[in-house]
Amino acid sequence: MGLLSDPNRRQALINLLTRLNAPICFVCYFAGVAWFMGLAFEPFTLRTYMSENAMGSTMVEERFPAGERALATGREFAAHKKKVGGMPVDWLVKTMQARGLEVFTQSFSRTLPFPDENTERYVVKGTNVYGILRAPRAPRTEALVLSAPCTPGDNNNQAVGLLLGLAHYFRNQVYWAKDIIFLVNEHDLIGMQAWLEGYHHTNVTGMDWSPLQGRGGSIQAALSLELSSDVITSLDIVLEGLNGQLPNLDLANLFYAFCQKIGVLCTIQGKLQRNDWDSVSGYNHAVQTMMLMVMKQASGRPWGDHGLFLRYHIEAATIKGVNSFRHYKTDATTIGRLLEGMYRKLNNLLERLHQSYFFYLLPSLSHFVSIGYYMPAFGLLVVILLLRALDLWVQLTAQPSRTEDGTSAAEQSSPGVLSVLTPLVISHLTGAALYMLPVRFQEVAVEHFPVSETEAVVLTAIAVYTAGLALPHNTHRLLSGEGTETGWRVLKLVALLYLAVLLGCTALINFSLGFILALSLVPAAAFVTPHLPKALSAFFLVALSPACTLLFSVFFFQELQEMPVSFQDGWLLYLSVIAQGMLDHYLYGSLVFPLVALLVYPCWLLFWNILFWK
Amino acid sequence: MAAHRCSHLGCVLLLFLSIILVTPSQETNVGNEQHPGVADDPRAGAETKQTAEEPAADERRWEETEVKESQQQVSDTAELPPKLQAKEDFQEELVIRPLHSGDIYASFQFRTVWETDFMKGNKVSHYRLFPKSLGQVISKFSVRELHISFTQGYWRTMQWGQPFIPSPPGAELWVWFQDSVTDVDATWKELTNVLSGIFCASLNFIDSTNTLQPSASFKPLGIGNVTDHRFLRYATLPREIVCTENLTPWKKLLPCGSKAGLAVMLKSEKLFHSSFHSQSVHIRPVCQDWQCKSPSWELRQALNVVFDLHTSGQSKREWSLFKMFSRTLTEACPLASSSKIYIDITDNPQEEQFELSPATPLLSQAVVLGDRRTYSVYDLTQQVTFGTVRSLNLMIRWKSSEGDMLRPLLHAERYVAGYGLQTGEIHTLMYNNHPFRSFPVLLLESVPWYLRLYIHTLKVTSKGKDNNPSYIHYQPSKDRERPHLLEMLLQLPPHSVTEVTVQFERALLKWTEYTPDPNHGFYVGSSVISSLVPSTVAMDTNITMEQPLFSSFFPCKEESSYFVRVYTEPLLVNLPTPDFSMPYNVICLTCTVVAVGYGSLYNLLTRSFQIEEPNPGLAKRLANIIRRMRGVPPL
Repeated sequence: MGLLSDPNRRQALINLLTRLNAPICFVCYFAGVAWFMGLAFEPFTLRTYMSENAMGSTMVEERFPAGERALATGREFAAHKKKVGGMPVDWLVKTMQARGLEVFTQSFSRTLPFPDENTERYVVKGTNVYGILRAPRAPRTEALVLSAPCTPGDNNNQAVGLLLGLAHYFRNQVYWAKDIIFLVNEHDLIGMQAWLEGYHHTNVTGMDWSPLQGRGGSIQAALSLELSSDVITSLDIVLEGLNGQLPNLDLANLFYAFCQKIGVLCTIQGKLQRNDWDSVSGYNHAVQTMMLMVMKQASGRPWGDHGLFLRYHIEAATIKGVNSFRHYKTDATTIGRLLEGMYRKLNNLLERLHQSYFFYLLPSLSHFVSIGYYMPAFGLLVVILLLRALDLWVQLTAQPSRTEDGTSAAEQSSPGVLSVLTPLVISHLTGAALYMLPVRFQEVAVEHFPVSETEAVVLTAIAVYTAGLALPHNTHRLLSGEGTETGWRVLKLVALLYLAVLLGCTALINFSLGFILALSLVPAAAFVTPHLPKALSAFFLVALSPACTLLFSVFFFQELQEMPVSFQDGWLLYLSVIAQGMLDHYLYGSLVFPLVALLVYPCWLLFWNILFWK
Repeated sequence: MAAHRCSHLGCVLLLFLSIILVTPSQETNVGNEQHPGVADDPRAGAETKQTAEEPAADERRWEETEVKESQQQVSDTAELPPKLQAKEDFQEELVIRPLHSGDIYASFQFRTVWETDFMKGNKVSHYRLFPKSLGQVISKFSVRELHISFTQGYWRTMQWGQPFIPSPPGAELWVWFQDSVTDVDATWKELTNVLSGIFCASLNFIDSTNTLQPSASFKPLGIGNVTDHRFLRYATLPREIVCTENLTPWKKLLPCGSKAGLAVMLKSEKLFHSSFHSQSVHIRPVCQDWQCKSPSWELRQALNVVFDLHTSGQSKREWSLFKMFSRTLTEACPLASSSKIYIDITDNPQEEQFELSPATPLLSQAVVLGDRRTYSVYDLTQQVTFGTVRSLNLMIRWKSSEGDMLRPLLHAERYVAGYGLQTGEIHTLMYNNHPFRSFPVLLLESVPWYLRLYIHTLKVTSKGKDNNPSYIHYQPSKDRERPHLLEMLLQLPPHSVTEVTVQFERALLKWTEYTPDPNHGFYVGSSVISSLVPSTVAMDTNITMEQPLFSSFFPCKEESSYFVRVYTEPLLVNLPTPDFSMPYNVICLTCTVVAVGYGSLYNLLTRSFQIEEPNPGLAKRLANIIRRMRGVPPL
């Protein structure tokens, strides 16, 4: 900082930064991207290790014997489910009671803001059934949760069977120090949301639920089980939760450690781990795994039932059984033993899981990238915005001194404020409209156009979004005089700083979202001026807008999952993703939709405004 | 207004005085079958005869009364020699109640009564049955009444019904001091430290931040009429873990130790292999005789344990003394005037639920916790009880396997609502399951100071309507000095849930105040609900079928309600916790930010900069140094 206190050297530094601004920005951008891509390279990452002593050194022995019986229970459950045509509440209550649990039910209902076409839901009514295994000589202060969703059709019966089998086995053991709650939730995430809200007696999303009768104190950790076949080839762990929250890394470590110990193939993002990190294909594999995690995290939606626990500071993950065409099969007894081992270790916890990382990316289950390693990639992108802002600031302060005319400088700054404020207000109002209108006006839209409610909502959103692009000409008329050269510079300066703060805050909470938004918005923000060729730059600016980023992300995500789609299908997928994003917000309180609609989109509109400055 | 409040207070005091007077008399009904029991028994026996309508039942009753008389003679003769000095009497008993859930509840009670007076300055130095360590505590600290309990586990009211002696998880201690004590707080502090040594427990962690002076919830259970709560101290340690090191000193207080009598069954490896374990010591002054001219001291040691049917890992559903305690009984404690085992067979009059062996001819009836119960009695002072093998191994074989939830008339639960580490809400739910009667309860909530209660958000609702407490005693907390104390007298409407909610804010502690495991959370002790619950005997409407018509028009006053104390579960609350795992990093980072970031920015903003003269050349500087040495002004 001595550098800055010396006016000469400060001047020299500033001159350097302004003279080399564009090249430095380019270098920063590419360095940021390169850094990010380097994160997947194995020698640059750290091996995972168990930080929690209570889980690390203690040995447990897994003895769960009754996998076959659990599968039989699962079949019985399936038969009753078919007979009742939904969740067999009475049967579950009776079965759990027979296993010596304290059983309670919770009913809930929820009317969606608009019909969900993916799962065909509109008015949802259901019942959760849960049984509490009371730990002997424990004062009901701590609990663990094992849940299995009751899904329609033939899915997930084995998970419920295994859950009941484990309940039966756990009940006869003496070593439990925490209550264990076995939960079968109907309508997967909605049921889980109702149960969690009931348990913590909060109401975030306006759902109707009946209060819970039995509790087990503060929940320390939770696992959600999804299993749809009698044998599996591998187990997949899903970590990404609501708003990109992740459980403590020790939970993933615990899962990995037990998979290694018992000899079950384990995957993350459906990708097996490979050993050939030094080959190109090995590196590609790691990049794919990491990018899938980034995309999923950026979407801000819960990717399994566990995702909703994280809001309540409960470490949770979903474990999915995958049955593919591999030779090596694992039976239910082995999965039961794996879960038994994990629960016994979690039972040993003295404190909540807090030792390991909460912010990380996983290029594979055995390696992780911590926040200290990935943040520089993002920092390199955001520093571009600051450099451009510095450049503009220097230009703005240099201009009046160059004209040597005090009065004109003072007059120039006064319309500056107005010229900044008007576009800011107008673009935020557009954002507010984008947030409010689609759901509010769905009935009107359905009346006047031959579309379904869901289509109406999505198309209204796209219409509002596009209409926002027409605004610059209107904004311009509201200004008192002609837009000046200083005017757009001030506006751009404000917009740059605004974007930098916005992205910085987003990346602190959800790195992936911040990084993806930065990737597309930073180039747009850095180089937009009114003096560029209009048509070409308008095209580029639209291509870099949040909506198009989402469109590209949809295609990219499909590509990563090795399920490429045609443009037609991709477009339909895009529409359903928009609808899904809005539903996630209204149903579970995901913040991505309001963030984009209320902050990111208006910010982008400011740059659009600058492009059409006259 | 103040007068009004006073009258309310008076009512409350009166109410609870009456509770206290009712409770011990009932307990003695259960406990010693001597004077009050005899009066009660023939009627009870007659009832059994009417229901059983078999000559066998007649025989049973006859035997029972006879044994009672003979036993009394035995006890009289046993009491003859020590008549010279102060009379001491020791009784032991074990009650076994098969529970609805299939679990089994065993409750030991040992009672020593000593007709002596520790007070009025007389020095007691000769101890026989009464433990000397406790006697010295009583006289040194002028204790009038002392109740201490150590509990591992939570009593599951919904499955098990009411316990004989309720206790909260962890340790609980409440003491009434004599009104001659001048500095109660200092005496209390010293007493807790002494008791900590006697019971090998961390009672020394009781300090002013977890000590309460409840105004109405805890009234003296013994004789005496001082109810000024300045002489009462109450504290709980919800985190206290109870194990063998607490059991051993507790057993040492018994006259026979664990050498003979019922106490031989108190093996720690079995007692701590259970669902619930609670041991307690209660000392109080009681009347010597019905005239109550002079007090005698009662020491009651109780141990409650619930064994779990499932975790015992057996296929057959059966229990025996050997399975429960890994011992059988061979003799009573020779020092005991009475030594008995009671088995609750109320739900099993025709042996359709379980089968009891060896069978006993003795039956006893008593009204316990508002319910008329029938017990099979095994008198250990009789050699007949042990049979030919000279050892008693009671066995219970279940026939049916139904374990349903009970609907106890009063039960309660408590939980923390909300998420995040800033605020929260404590919910206390109280269920009145009585179909048509409402009854009052006294709720005592104590919350540590680091949860800052927003008392203006206190809300009491039942059946969707506000329920105004008729008495509220609230003592706000002082940071690091004393906890919140909230006492309320509430009327619970019939068949309803009453919910008490209050919001709180989590305080940020000083960094030395965190426990070594701060991420475990901080405990909030159980709230205490004391109540007079309408008894099920009085609730029974078709009692006219079995009784003479003239006896059953007005409900019997003594049995119309009974005293119950219910403890809710303790809470585990997470407070905002700094990351203690990297203090060094934190210190480094903070120092760097302050030194580099803040310092230089502050410099840049506050200093005015000037362009300094260009640096003189090397030759000139050298010349100046030489000139300075010479004392000539520089160039």
